[in-house]
Amino acid sequence: MFELSPTEWTAIQLSLRVATVATLVATPLGIGVAWLLARRDFWGKSVLDAAIHLPLVLPPVVTGYLLLLAFGRRGLIGAWLADHLGIVFAFRWTGAALACGIMAFPLLVRPIRLSIEAVDRRLEQAAATLGAEPFRVFLTITLPLALPGVLAGMVLGFAKAIGEFGATITFVSNIPGETQTISSAIYSLIQTPDGDSAALRLVVVSIVIAMSALIASEWFARRALRRLHGN
Amino acid sequence: MLRVEVAKQLGEFSIEASFASEGRVTGLFGASGAGKTSLINMIAGLLRPDRGFIAIDGETLDDTGARVHIPAHRRRIGYVFQDARLFPHLDVRQNLDYGRRMNRLADDPAQRARVTDLLDIGGLLDRRPGQLSGGERQRVALGRALLAQPRLLLLDEPLGSLDEERKIEILPYLVRLRDEAGIPMVYVSHDAGEMRQLATQIVMLKRGRVIGFGGTEVLPPAPSPA
Repeated sequence: MFELSPTEWTAIQLSLRVATVATLVATPLGIGVAWLLARRDFWGKSVLDAAIHLPLVLPPVVTGYLLLLAFGRRGLIGAWLADHLGIVFAFRWTGAALACGIMAFPLLVRPIRLSIEAVDRRLEQAAATLGAEPFRVFLTITLPLALPGVLAGMVLGFAKAIGEFGATITFVSNIPGETQTISSAIYSLIQTPDGDSAALRLVVVSIVIAMSALIASEWFARRALRRLHGN
Repeated sequence: MLRVEVAKQLGEFSIEASFASEGRVTGLFGASGAGKTSLINMIAGLLRPDRGFIAIDGETLDDTGARVHIPAHRRRIGYVFQDARLFPHLDVRQNLDYGRRMNRLADDPAQRARVTDLLDIGGLLDRRPGQLSGGERQRVALGRALLAQPRLLLLDEPLGSLDEERKIEILPYLVRLRDEAGIPMVYVSHDAGEMRQLATQIVMLKRGRVIGFGGTEVLPPAPSPA
């Protein structure tokens, strides 16, 4: 009874790929932005903060449309990328990953920022007196101590990316095998007569993926916390 | 030779201090709030003076007139904090090795053995900071600072967070350090007794100003035994 059809499999694999790529690309970027927001004061900081959070408050269809305007084939950035680097986002799975990455970014950045703010700056000072230059202080002290937040951010980001629907379908449409993720597949199935059982199967799959991600993150966080408390 | 001549405004509080010291252990003595910690933070490069200069063995570390400020990580000045500040995610061995790695110094097992023996911390190497007593933590912090091979060691009330018994446990190590390690030290304390045991020169601070300089005789007289 629980037999997944090839189309459903494709949607699941695509969702996992899109969410994984989105999370992995967004994480280093998110760590950098989180560090800037946590540790530096600069002109335009509140603007940057607001811009990152924008996808959280805008209707997803607006974000998707803006992405289409910017990264579509005739979009300002999209045309340049296609002409000079041969990178195309429009109606490709990479576009889905871009949309998911942007939608997930605020959720990814927030826990990382909080955990960097929680790192005792006096430990960073101690590292400096031992000869560590600022970037190595970050790599050897700040980042390891902020690791629970980084993992929490990655899981939240991944969960958001795998569930993303509005911006993705607006930007890259709903093409089976290319941009049809679990969410858009469920959306299509619900509108198809006799699609109910297939939709339900995909619902079960998304619940399993979400639960696994949460359990994994809990496990990582507990390990990281043990390291943090130094025993 | 350490030369300090600095001015720094910190809110309502201001520091204007100058002294030069050649002693093996320069004691910065004063009540809490006298500006001792701010002063050694400036020597360490963690705090930037508004005006003035700091030089060690003829090398300028700070000179506001010439816009010179060597950052803390390039000063080769060790710092033992009152609260040890061991890295909680690293074990004792990794904490001890941190300065060597950051300064890209060659591994020196003999030096490591000397320091761990001097401080009796050889048995703690596999522990995490969370599993150490206050006195052990402070000894590891001393070892960590020494193994970075500093040219000057700053100690900010290293006994300040310990009870009397622990203080008596650590003091002999500090005396050994002074006599055997061959690294000049700046020792900060408000305890005249500690100063008498350790310091070879005293800088007396009060409300951010130097009010006395000389040998241990400038310290307030020890309370006469009743």
